[in-house]
Parts: sequence; C-alpha cells; structure tokens
Amino acid sequence: MSKVKTGKYTNFWERNRKSGGYLLRKTVMGYGVSICRFILLFGLCFLILQPLLNKISVSFMTEADLYDPVVVSIPMHFTTENYQMAAGFMSYTKSLINSLVIALTISVLQVAMSTLAGYGFARFKFPLKNFWFACVMMTILIPPQVISTSLHLHFRYFDVFGLFKLITGSTLNLRGSVIPYYLMSAGCMGLKNGLYIYMIRQFFRNIPKELEEAAYVDGCGTLMTFIRIMLPDAKPILTSCFLFAFVWQWTDGFYSSMFLGDISLLSIKLRQLPDSLGGYIGNLLGSTTAAIVSVPYNNCILATGTLMVIVPLIILYLFAQKGFVESLSSSGIKM
Amino acid sequence: MKKQKNKLAGLQKRKAISGYLFIAPFLIGFLAFMIKPLCQSLYMSFSDVQLSSGGFKFVWRGLFQYNYAFRVDPTYTRLLTEEITRMALYSVSIMVFSFFVALILNQKFKGRALVRSIFFLPVILASGVILNLDSENSLMAAVAQTVEVNASATSGITDALQTILRTSGVGVRAFEKLFEIIDNIYDVAISSGIQIIIFLSGLQTISASMYEAADIEGCTKWESLWKITFPMVSSLFLVNWIYTIVDFCMRSDNKVIEKITTYMNVNLNYGLASAMSWAYFILVIAIVGVSSLIISKGVYYYE
Repeated sequence: MSKVKTGKYTNFWERNRKSGGYLLRKTVMGYGVSICRFILLFGLCFLILQPLLNKISVSFMTEADLYDPVVVSIPMHFTTENYQMAAGFMSYTKSLINSLVIALTISVLQVAMSTLAGYGFARFKFPLKNFWFACVMMTILIPPQVISTSLHLHFRYFDVFGLFKLITGSTLNLRGSVIPYYLMSAGCMGLKNGLYIYMIRQFFRNIPKELEEAAYVDGCGTLMTFIRIMLPDAKPILTSCFLFAFVWQWTDGFYSSMFLGDISLLSIKLRQLPDSLGGYIGNLLGSTTAAIVSVPYNNCILATGTLMVIVPLIILYLFAQKGFVESLSSSGIKM
Repeated sequence: MKKQKNKLAGLQKRKAISGYLFIAPFLIGFLAFMIKPLCQSLYMSFSDVQLSSGGFKFVWRGLFQYNYAFRVDPTYTRLLTEEITRMALYSVSIMVFSFFVALILNQKFKGRALVRSIFFLPVILASGVILNLDSENSLMAAVAQTVEVNASATSGITDALQTILRTSGVGVRAFEKLFEIIDNIYDVAISSGIQIIIFLSGLQTISASMYEAADIEGCTKWESLWKITFPMVSSLFLVNWIYTIVDFCMRSDNKVIEKITTYMNVNLNYGLASAMSWAYFILVIAIVGVSSLIISKGVYYYE
C-alpha cells in the first residue's frame, strides 16, 4: 500500500473519530441515497424506454419468431421485411414528404402568428387587453371537439359575409382541402396555439423594456423595433415553440383527419395500417373482404409503422434537445 | 367619449393601435374560428340539424338533445362520470409523480442530462395518434391478460403486497385506487413530461442560499422541503394542475370524446354531438375553475 493511500485512510477514520462518527454516517448516507436514486431512476427510465425497445426488437422479427416462445427480444430470423411491408402500406416516401411539408409550413405559420400576438400582449397597453388575453386562455381550455361539429359545417358551406354566394351563387365547399387548416393556423386557432401565445408572451415580458425604448428614441418604428430588436432576442423561445408545433402537428390525428383527410399523412396512414394490412392479406387469400390478421402479426406491423413514423422525431429530438427543454425552462412560466 | 380620447392621446394612442394590429391575427381567428363556431354549436345543441344538398337548417328542439344525452342515451352518463373520476385520480397522481421526479432530477448526479432527456421523451413520442395506438394495442392487452393469469399462480412481490394490504381491511377502496394507479404507472409517467420541466424550472429559481441558511439554523431536509421548496413552487402547482386537466380532457383516448366523434362522423347527429360536448365542456370548465380557486388560496407568492 502506498503511503499516500494509507495516510488518506487513517485520515478518514481520524476525521471520523474527531467528528464523533458524523463523517462516516454522512458518507454512508450519501452513498445510500445515490444507490436508491440510481435504482429508482433506472426503473423509471426503463419504464419509459421499454415500449420503444420492444417495438424495435419486434420490428425485426419474422412471423415465425412472433409465435416462438423461445424468442423474447432478440429475433432468431433477422428480417427487414416488416419495414418494407409497413412502408408499402403507408406509401412511406410520399406520406413522409407530405407530412414534412404540412408540418413545416403549419408550424412556421403558427409560430409566426403566435409571435405577433404574444408580442402584442406582452408589450402594448390597449383597452380590453386583459379581456382578450382571457380569451387566449379560453382557447387553451376549450377542447377542439366542442367546436368541431360546427367547424365541419362552417367549412362545408364556407363563405365570407355572403360574398361568395353573391358572386358565384353558391357557397364554397372547403372540406377535404388544406385551406381551412391554413386559415385557422393563420388565425392562431390551430393545434395548441394558445399555449404558444402564452409562452411567447411570458418570454417577451422578461426582456428589459430599455432595449425597446432606446430603439424608439433612435427613431425606430414599432414594427421595425419588433423585427430588428425583439425577434433576434426571442430566438430560443421561437425555436422551442417551432419544435413543439412541428412535433405535435406531426403526430396529430384530430385536426389532420378533420381537415387534411384526403392528403396521405403519416399520422393518418398509421391509423389505417391495421385495416390496410387486413385488406392486403384478404386480397392474397382471394377474398374481397378484409381478412382477420392474427393479433401478434398485426401488432408487429403496427409497431414497425409506429417506429417509422417516430424515427424522424427522435432524430430531431437528438439534435435539438436543448431547444425543447432549455428554453421552456428559461421562459419562466408563471401565473 | 371625449374623456376616453384624451386619455389615449398621442403616443399612447398610437401604441394602443399598434398593439391591436399585433394581435389582429388572433382577433380575427378568434372571432371567425372560435366564437362563431362556439355560438353555432351552442345553438346546434338546442336544435336538430338537418343536412340537405343545398345546405343545412336547424329545427329548434329546446332541451331535447340534453335530455336525450343524459336520460336516454345508455352510456353517456356512465362514461362521463368514469372519465371525470379517472381525470381527478390521474391528475393528482401526475402532479405527485412529476413533483417527485422533478425533486430528484434537481439533485446533482452523474448522467443527469441523459435521465432528463429520457423523461422528456414521452412529450414527443406519446402524443396524438401514437398515444392512441398504444392504448388500443390489443397485443399488450392480451399479453397483460396472460401475465395476469400466470401471475396468479406465482405471484410477484407487488401482488403479495397487494394481498397483504387488502386483507388488512383498512381503507380497502383507497388502496384499490392506489393499485390501479400503480398498475398504470406507465400512463402517469408518459403524460407528465411537461409538468416535470415546469417544476424543474421552478426549483432552479430557488436560491441555494435559502437552503444553506435553513441548514445552519438546524432545519432538516424534510422540513426544508415543506417550508422552503413547497411554498416557493406553489404557484407552479396551479399552472401544472390546469395544464394536466386540460391535457387530459383533450387526449384522444378519452372515452367521452370518442363517443362524441362517433355521433358526429358516423351517425351525423350534429345536434346531439354538440349537446354532449357542451355538457362535457361546461363540466370540465367548472372543475378547472373550482379546483384552481381552491389551489390559488394556498399559493404563496414570494416577492
């Protein structure tokens, strides 16, 4: 044993004796706490990751492996056939591009409009301001299902103050087209838009007023101040809102199936996956009705499809993880 | 009128105008896509919607649809009470869970960043359709059933604990609820991502010197949790509570919402669907209002 080490050890016991056993107790407690914490966190992390890992392992199995009781998580016959099947059913490339385009444009539009509104609420004094902000909070609270019936009819017989009826003689049928959803996003009424307004407002409120006042004194107009001074400062919250908007739009089923039903989007295709699988197998068997696919195989394909839908999101999360978490905590959400 | 004009003269008036210009997109969207449909659906809920090729017309039916929803429809009332109790139960457990996890994640240890990102992962992965698919996953249900059947022969540690607690005879119903939550801890864990982040951000704003001072005065960790941490983040409890309830109401695996959607899309009974959704909405608003009033009484503002 080296001299330093023994010295350290005697030192520890000496120190322990001098402190009346306090040091030993404290060290043991410290280790005990870390071990408990490790077990707890490991369990919880596993709980969250397990379905994902399970999906990954199932997606590489052949059908025979699914029924094999020996195979639990590592496939015996490694295959990528499931991926080809799922991609075929979802028309993956087309849906991927569609989803990308829709999610990107919608989220940019939503964030742009929410930024305007959020800045207006944070920095200007105008009559009825509190009332309108209460309305923002209300839009967060109202489940979209409450108004969905009416929106259905609204866009089925769309009209602006009776103008279209006056000109063309009939109302516009916007069901099945993308225009209603873009209109709603432009009006800050898209998916969880109220939340973005709220987050952005909180962020702008925390930026010191002097910055703005200096710009005004130097002769910068309101809009210019907003674009030149405030927007560059708000980059973190804007990226975080954009990321949320993108992800939620990507996985959203409600608005997509309501307004974008005719466009093949990943989220909608994923929902239809079991049906198309049944139809495909039924076709193979020569019947016109959908065949009943065995539960394990159905779920295997579904798991593969789910993985294919969330892989882009996971990649995004890996690269932009800071954007998701950090700015949300820095926006200082308080009431 | 004149007084009003004087009050908002010059720069102030200009700022007010530009303020309105900034929130104009919201205002237009709000009036066109929120207020109008909201009023219309309220009106619809009191009437019968008859669709025809040329358009639609309403036939006023008074409270008929509400009457139908609550007294004739076989499942609506049951689903409503089930969902509301489930919401209360889960919201409370999500709050407790996320506060607890935030407390742990606020400590310093190796791999903290990794654990944090794992806990936040469900926000991204368990949203929208994917959450719905997971809850509908029949394989999982089948597997769970077989596991349960097998487990009755060789019961695990949780089952042993459950039997002991059940036979103790004290507060059996409360324990049953607790077991239900523990069995569904995955649901709780995946729906508490945002709440954890919000609590964490609150915990990080508490200055370390406060704990130091308390420590020197002889305050134990447990006491400082209740006397310092709890009051300091109490305002976030309100935020999180509201967020949790709202999030829960809008989840796509919500039974009431499913029922409403079927009535709307399959039966095309818009009147009944609106009546059901209005009843649900008002109930939720009432719950949010009352509970946040109660919580806000206990909120402590440091400043």
